[in-house]
Amino acid sequence: MAEPLLEVKNLKVHFPTDDGLVKAVDGVSFSIQPGETLGVVGESGSGKSVSFLTVMGLITRKEAQIEGEIIFRGQDLLTLPAEEIRTVQGAKISMIFQDPMTSLHPYYKVGSQIAEAIRVHQKVSKQEAREQAVEMLRRVGIPRPDERADQYPHEFSGGMRQRAMIAMALSLNPDLLIADEPTTALDVTVQAQILDLIDRLKEEFNAAVIIITHDLGVVAEHCDHIQVMYAGRIVEAGDRRDIYYNPHHPYTWGLLSSIPRLDETGEKERLNPIKGLPPSLIFVPPGCPFHPRCPHAFDRCRSDVPDLIPADGHHASRCHLTLGDKERIFRDEVMVRS
Amino acid sequence: MGRYLIRRALFMVLVLFIVSLITFIIFVKLPAGDPARRAAGRQITPENIEAARRAFGLDKPIYVQYARFAKGLVPWPGLFLNEDVYFSYTNFIPVRDEIFARLPVTITLAVGAAVTWLLIGIPIGIISAVRRRSVWDRGSMVFALIGVSAPVFWLAYLFLYVFWFKLEWAPSSGIPIGTSVIEAVMQGRFILPWFVLALAFAAFYARMVRGNLIETMGEDYIRTARAKGLSEKRVIYRHGLRAALTPVVTMFGLDLAGLLGGAFITETVFNLPGVGQYAVRSIYNQDFPSVMGVTILAAFFFALANLLVDVAYAFLDPRVRYT
Repeated sequence: MAEPLLEVKNLKVHFPTDDGLVKAVDGVSFSIQPGETLGVVGESGSGKSVSFLTVMGLITRKEAQIEGEIIFRGQDLLTLPAEEIRTVQGAKISMIFQDPMTSLHPYYKVGSQIAEAIRVHQKVSKQEAREQAVEMLRRVGIPRPDERADQYPHEFSGGMRQRAMIAMALSLNPDLLIADEPTTALDVTVQAQILDLIDRLKEEFNAAVIIITHDLGVVAEHCDHIQVMYAGRIVEAGDRRDIYYNPHHPYTWGLLSSIPRLDETGEKERLNPIKGLPPSLIFVPPGCPFHPRCPHAFDRCRSDVPDLIPADGHHASRCHLTLGDKERIFRDEVMVRS
Repeated sequence: MGRYLIRRALFMVLVLFIVSLITFIIFVKLPAGDPARRAAGRQITPENIEAARRAFGLDKPIYVQYARFAKGLVPWPGLFLNEDVYFSYTNFIPVRDEIFARLPVTITLAVGAAVTWLLIGIPIGIISAVRRRSVWDRGSMVFALIGVSAPVFWLAYLFLYVFWFKLEWAPSSGIPIGTSVIEAVMQGRFILPWFVLALAFAAFYARMVRGNLIETMGEDYIRTARAKGLSEKRVIYRHGLRAALTPVVTMFGLDLAGLLGGAFITETVFNLPGVGQYAVRSIYNQDFPSVMGVTILAAFFFALANLLVDVAYAFLDPRVRYT
């Protein structure tokens, strides 16, 4: 296999607070190949956003205790000085955020905000940067991009703002686009458009994409690989097919059963939420952090932390159940319900 | 925008009309002392009083009296603060002369102090926001507490004692007769008053800028700016301050306007012949035309500042549009 574009090794991000050490990310390792799409799924507080804000250099040692390695094209970003990280930020790795309503500066024109990003990394004139910005707006499907570039964010709809954010993120042709809940704040009809747009542009720009979401339904059609996070760790990772058709971790089962289904007519379907709340990241439960909410937990789960064990090839999970048990429970109990 | 301005200007006229009416009622109709009696001089005879009453128009019906004063507020040459109506009942000096002689002092004091508090307050606010919880931040917190708590008259005497009496760095207070305002500025006679007047504002602005900037730096669009790979300096100054300082403009306009109506305590302690001194003296003397003159002046500055602030906002914040 070729050298991965990004390889994260045993990343830990801990925030010291007055109440104690918040272990937001506690030993995450994964890698992504050039051009690949990775989905990262988990509840709020699972550490998914924090992991990638750290990769992006937006969480630094100023705020948090960071350990591990973030190797991007052979360079450990965590050892780079701030000025060098800035040459990667926005140019090689770029990011779009959850809420497009607040992610653009309300006082500057959309076109000039994109042009600013271009001019930070490229030696071009204001005029050239503006032309590139207009071209980017056109490529993300904003009609009349020349006029739109001179408008302010509040004159854009939510979907249009997210398109503008994508235009900004891709304007320097990055190798990796991190999309942190890109559709959560948008109308359902717009969500699909944005995800399709990301899909299309990923091909055009030949970029790898990481989609962070709390909704397994969102990443279903768009990701090659999926990793599920819980309490600051990856609990299951695998190909899209593995995660959807043969998931091994009880938490993934819970996520799958909690996707609302519209196709089962006649029967009154109720949502199957995962019982209980995400654990405190200060006092993480001993053993498997999911055990207090897990219907299949047994004694060992309460004392031993399970490792992320590959079952076959890529597919790995962090659970003490035997492979046979996992497959049986999923087939007999989970599939029936959902 | 044009129609908006016309509407606002008409509204300003209405405000000034109401202010003049209230001032008239309070100072002409409520006081116990009869201004005619006071102006009649030392040899008070019924004839004297009657003559003064007629001369001041106090024998006319109340609406005629008000109309006389109101006519003098119309900004038109010949009408504005005309000397037939607007003269002091105590020393007969025209109000217009007094105000125009004193206004330069007050404007110099107010504008100088405003520049001083912006130059002190904003940088301190920025530093303590950027270096949150540092020695700088804590130091500025102490400064702000002192600045807000110290009474102006106390501070003024303290400054005079230290910088004039002891160290002899600053000239004495007051403006000697025959010295123009510009000469007084050149001699440094305004430096202590500026600092004394500015200190409380500077403290307040420092806290406000700090709070605004800290809040702004937590906004999503700041994260976007960082994600673009901008230097932290550019993130703070171009993206953070732009949003954090906009509300400061509102405060600044109104604070400055308030001072243009006269900073009485500072003017008194430093013996500066400004509008504030004149206003207070006129009120003590129940010198109605002078009171009316300075009140309308102060109200005009305030209303104008309000309008300017709102218009400025439309330029500073693209989300604000007036129609």
